[in-house]
Amino acid sequence: MEIVAVKAVKKIGVQLLLGAALLAVAMPAYAIPAFARKYGLPCSACHEAWPMLNNFGQTFKDNGYQLGRDRDSPIYQQPGYWPIAFRVTPTWHRESNTRATLDTIPGNPASGPIQGTVTASGFDVGGIDIITGGTLAKNISFFVQPYIVDSGAGLSQAWMRLDNLLGSHWLNVKVGRFELDEPISQERTLFLSNTGGEYYNYFFTPPGDNNIFTGIGNYQLGLEVLGHSDNDHTRYSVAVVNNSNGDTGLQGSQAYDVYANFNQSFNIPRLGLQRVGVYSFVGESPTYYQTSGGAPIAGTGMGDKGFYRAGAYGQWFVGKFDFQTFYEHGHDNVFLGNSLPSNQPSLLPPGAVGPSWNGGFLEAHYDYNPRLILLGKYELVNMANQANPQTRSNFGNLDVWTVGYRWYPIMNPRAGLAWVQEFSQIVNSGVPTLSGKNDISNSYLMGLDFDF
Amino acid sequence: MRTRTKLTNSVAVLVFLLCGLCATAQESHIGDLTGNAKHGNALYQRYCIFCHGVYGDGRGESAPYLDPKPRDFTKGAFKCRSTPSGSLPLDSDLYDTITHGMYASGMPSWSPLVGQDRADLVAYIKTFSPRFQQEKPDPPVKIPAEPPDTPDSVKRGAELFQSMNCWTCHGKDGRGYGPSAASLTDSKGYPITPFDFTSGRQFKCGNTNRLMFRDLVTGLDGTPMPDFNDAMKPDQIWDVVHYIRTLSVGKHDP
Repeated sequence: MEIVAVKAVKKIGVQLLLGAALLAVAMPAYAIPAFARKYGLPCSACHEAWPMLNNFGQTFKDNGYQLGRDRDSPIYQQPGYWPIAFRVTPTWHRESNTRATLDTIPGNPASGPIQGTVTASGFDVGGIDIITGGTLAKNISFFVQPYIVDSGAGLSQAWMRLDNLLGSHWLNVKVGRFELDEPISQERTLFLSNTGGEYYNYFFTPPGDNNIFTGIGNYQLGLEVLGHSDNDHTRYSVAVVNNSNGDTGLQGSQAYDVYANFNQSFNIPRLGLQRVGVYSFVGESPTYYQTSGGAPIAGTGMGDKGFYRAGAYGQWFVGKFDFQTFYEHGHDNVFLGNSLPSNQPSLLPPGAVGPSWNGGFLEAHYDYNPRLILLGKYELVNMANQANPQTRSNFGNLDVWTVGYRWYPIMNPRAGLAWVQEFSQIVNSGVPTLSGKNDISNSYLMGLDFDF
Repeated sequence: MRTRTKLTNSVAVLVFLLCGLCATAQESHIGDLTGNAKHGNALYQRYCIFCHGVYGDGRGESAPYLDPKPRDFTKGAFKCRSTPSGSLPLDSDLYDTITHGMYASGMPSWSPLVGQDRADLVAYIKTFSPRFQQEKPDPPVKIPAEPPDTPDSVKRGAELFQSMNCWTCHGKDGRGYGPSAASLTDSKGYPITPFDFTSGRQFKCGNTNRLMFRDLVTGLDGTPMPDFNDAMKPDQIWDVVHYIRTLSVGKHDP
C-alpha cells in the first residue's frame, strides 16, 4: 500500500514537472506591472527578459514612457490606475571566501592570523525597490525609485523629463538623480548574486585610489540632454553632473563632470538589429577639503584633479543568442591614485604616475523562449599602470565569471515572477591574503525575482 | 470498428498536418522583403498575443480593457488598406499598419522592429484567416494627383460633407457628435465613436491628404465608415479632404 502511495506521489511529481516544462515552452511571457497595466502590452514586448530592455522597450523609455498613439496621457487610465510597482527578491544564497584572514583561535585576536575559508548561507531578502514612473502630461515624464532595506530607506532615482522639445525626438532634457545612459544598464542586469550581480567595470577604482567618483554605475545628480531617431536606431546622451559621485547634499567640490554616450544600430539581414556605441566620462575630483578642527567640510573640495573612463561596446544578436561586449579604459590623476592632496606634491612617492587600467566583459544570453533565458558572463579588469611603482603590477586585477538562468513561470498583467539560479566566482588580486595568492569568492543564489 | 477509428484518426492527422503546412508556408512580400510565418509566430508570441490573442481573434488577455478592441485577424477585414472595401489588404498595407501603429488606439508603432521582423509578422497574421488562402487582394485603388487646395474646393467640400451625410456621424461641425454617433457599432457589435475632425489628432491610418483620400475611397472595413468610391468623383473626394483639413486649423498634435 505504501509503495503504491509512493509511486502515486512520484507520478504526480513527474507530471507536475512535465507540466511546468510544457508551460515554459508553450506559454508567452506577460506583463511587467506599472507600464504593462497601463498599455496592456506583455512584458516581453519591452523586455528581452525583464528587466533587460529590447529595442522596443528602449524606444518607449527614450520617448519618455510614451507610445505616441494618443493613449499616453494619465487621463486615459482608469481612476484606480496607480503608476507604481514593487520589486523584491527573496532568495537562498551561499557565500564563500576561500582565502580570508582569520584568527587562529576564534574570538582570540592574539592567537595570530591564519588563512581559511569563510562560508555563510541561508534565506535572505535584498530589500524592496519601489518603482513609480510614467507621464505627468503629454511630453512630461517622471521616475521615482525609493528602496527599503532592513537598515532604513533611501532614494535610488528621482527625475523629471521634458520630452520632444521643439517637436523633435532629438531634444529631451532630464533633471534630477538618474542612472546614466550606460552602455548596458546596470539597473537592468539579469544577474542577482553577490559576486555576479554587478558590472565591476562600472564601479572600479584601483585599491588605494581616493577618487570620489567610483564609476559610471552609480546614480548621478545633474542634467541630461538626450535624443534619438524615430526608430531609436541612433541615440545620444550628454549629462552634466555634480562631481559628488551622485551623493546628495553637495558633497564634492563645485566642479561638474560630463558623461557622453552615443550608439548606433544597424540591421544585418537574417540576424536583425545590432548596436554599437562609444562613451566617456570625464571629470575632476577634489584631493583635499577646507577643514575645521582638522575635519573636512563637505562641499568644499579643492585641488581638483582629472580622471576619465572611456570605451566602446556592442550588442549582438544571432538567432536566439545575444551577446553584449564592453570595453573600458580608465585613468585617474596621480594625486587621486595615491590618495594625496595636490597641494603637497612632495608626498608623492618616486616614480608615481596616474593609475590606468583596462577592463571589459562579455555577456551572453540564450532566449529559449520569452519565459526562459540562459545567462553567462565573463568580466575582467587589468591594471596597466599602478599609481605607486612599488605596487605589484597585477594588484587590483579582477576576474569574474557567472552562469545562471531565469525562468518566468507566472506572469500576468499584475505581476511578474522569475525563478533564478546563479553561480558566480570572483578572483580578486586587490585583496591582500596571507599566502599572497589571489582572494577568491564564490556565490550561489537561487530564489525569486518578483515584481507586482 | 477499430479500423474505422484508425482511419478517422489518420485522416484527422493528415488534415492537421496539411493545415500546419499551409500555415507555415504562408509568406508575405513587401518590396524586397519576404516574410516568413514561422519566424512571425515567435514574434507574435512576444509582442502581439496579449491583445490579439492566441487565435488572432482579438481576444487576448488585455482586450477587455482596450477601446477600440484589438483587430480580429480571423475575419480578414482590416481598416487601413489600399484595396477597395471588402477586399483583403495588400501585404504592404498590413506592414504599414504594424510600422505606424493605429492612432487613438492601443496599437503602438512597431517601427523599432527591423523590417524583416515586421514582414514576418505580416506573414503570420495572414495565417489566421482562411481568406488569405482562398482569395487574392483586389488591385489597389487609384489616387489621382491632388488638385490645388482653394477656397472654392473647400466650399464644395463643405457642401458635400452635408449632402453625403458625413454629418450624421461626424456632426455638422465635425466634432463627432452627429445624430447617429451614439448608436454606432463596429462589425463585432462594440460601440465606436466617429472621429472628431476638430481635435487636431492624427487619423487612424495616417495623416497625409493622400491617405485621407484613400480612407474615403476604401472606407474603413470593420467600422461603419463606408467607402465613397462610387458616390463621389475623385475631384469631389479631394474637395471633402480639403474641407476636413479646415476643421482642425490651428490644432497641432506633434
